[in-house]
Amino acid sequence: MWLINLLTSSIGKKVIMSLTGLFLCSFLVIHLLGNLQLLSADGTAFNEYAKFMTSFAPIKIISYGLYAMILLHAVLGIALWSQNKKAKGSKYKVRTTQNTTFAGRNMALLGAIMFVFIVWHMSKFWAAMKFRLDPDATTGVVDLYSEVSGAFSHLWVVALYVFSMVVIGLHLHHGFQSAFQTLGLNHKKYTPLIKGFGTGFSILITIGFSIIPIWMYIQSIS
Amino acid sequence: MKLTLEIWRQKNAADGGHFDIFQLDDVTDDMSFLEMLDVLNDKLLRDKKDPVAFEHDCREGICGACSMVIDGQPHGPMQETTTCQLHMRKFKDGDTITIEPFRARAFPIIKDLVVDRSSFDRIIQSGGYISVNTGQAQDGNAIPIEKEQSQKAFDAATCIGCGACVAACPNGSAMLFTSAKVSHLALLPQGEVEHSKRVRNMVNQMDAEGFGMCSNTGACEVECPKGISLENIARMNRAYLGASVAAE
Repeated sequence: MWLINLLTSSIGKKVIMSLTGLFLCSFLVIHLLGNLQLLSADGTAFNEYAKFMTSFAPIKIISYGLYAMILLHAVLGIALWSQNKKAKGSKYKVRTTQNTTFAGRNMALLGAIMFVFIVWHMSKFWAAMKFRLDPDATTGVVDLYSEVSGAFSHLWVVALYVFSMVVIGLHLHHGFQSAFQTLGLNHKKYTPLIKGFGTGFSILITIGFSIIPIWMYIQSIS
Repeated sequence: MKLTLEIWRQKNAADGGHFDIFQLDDVTDDMSFLEMLDVLNDKLLRDKKDPVAFEHDCREGICGACSMVIDGQPHGPMQETTTCQLHMRKFKDGDTITIEPFRARAFPIIKDLVVDRSSFDRIIQSGGYISVNTGQAQDGNAIPIEKEQSQKAFDAATCIGCGACVAACPNGSAMLFTSAKVSHLALLPQGEVEHSKRVRNMVNQMDAEGFGMCSNTGACEVECPKGISLENIARMNRAYLGASVAAE
């Protein structure tokens, strides 16, 4: 069948990576906008938001799609990494890295770190929201804010979060523009714009997600 | 000048291979890199030793035969220059030069620095041609083609199929080569007719040969002795996706 041929071809597999990657980029934006509510010391708004995100049916459906996308992107990414390693065969004694970026050469490593981070992150907050914390008897709201601020009162947790956000930033810096190239969208006029936007996007995501744990840590010690 | 050469030696595809170190004392600035290797081999033959096997043909920078990685760079340190056009004045007295074969699973080593690049031939055989007789040069000139378009086709056609892109790619991917071959025919009216079938067949053959996938590191573009651009890869991806969806 032509669709299976397309999706199992080298280009087709990279197209799956680029489309899932771009979808995950859009998720990061939504996730960041929601989480910025953590900057307000009164946790009510954030807790209400968390309740809405876990109980509103359309969002629940999208969230299952999101988990599937993350898994597909991760599993296929590892498979392609191993296939590419095999295709290269033996390595050179002397290696040069000109015209390439650290992120470009290490997408699989950065992705693997991100995957470990996502598992840790979800076991910390997602699992707390779903299983560990008891909702308020009358309103049904879970006090996720206190859970988050408690976690970010530890410096090592904050440090690991900021490190993970830098890793995500690097992964996005290569991945965003690379996704467009894979889809065949290379153009003299637009490619520089896409690259510039990708750089700005990766910096904003890194800074945006990093200020939350840093701010909450500062609040916890003052 | 005096040089230390560290060269990969491998008897055949099954051999594990190792580096041999040679001292060469009588290298001049005017020698090309291949002439320097000729001097080394002459010395080895006089000493009744096995000469270093390397590929070469035109020695004019147009055939793409001279495949080797010099100090980690396919075709050595000069931009847009093949090994045969690289001269020893680019090196200094006392330098140690490491010479390795092109490395990729789809380019098995035959001996020392010689690799089997017939996988490229099979990609060309799968679609890198026009099925009808399009005539001689004057017949080509009889079809007016916009200058920018013909220039793009020509830029892609300058690919000499040397395999430096595969050698430079950390994934051993042949996307730059295949996309150059797809592009140079697709951009001209004579080649456009078979475009859909061509791009599908050539990509399928490329995959069947065991080349890796493109992760857009850009390593190939900078090592290409003919300056083939990454734009060609995007064009091929676009064409392959379109052709796969639209083909009946």
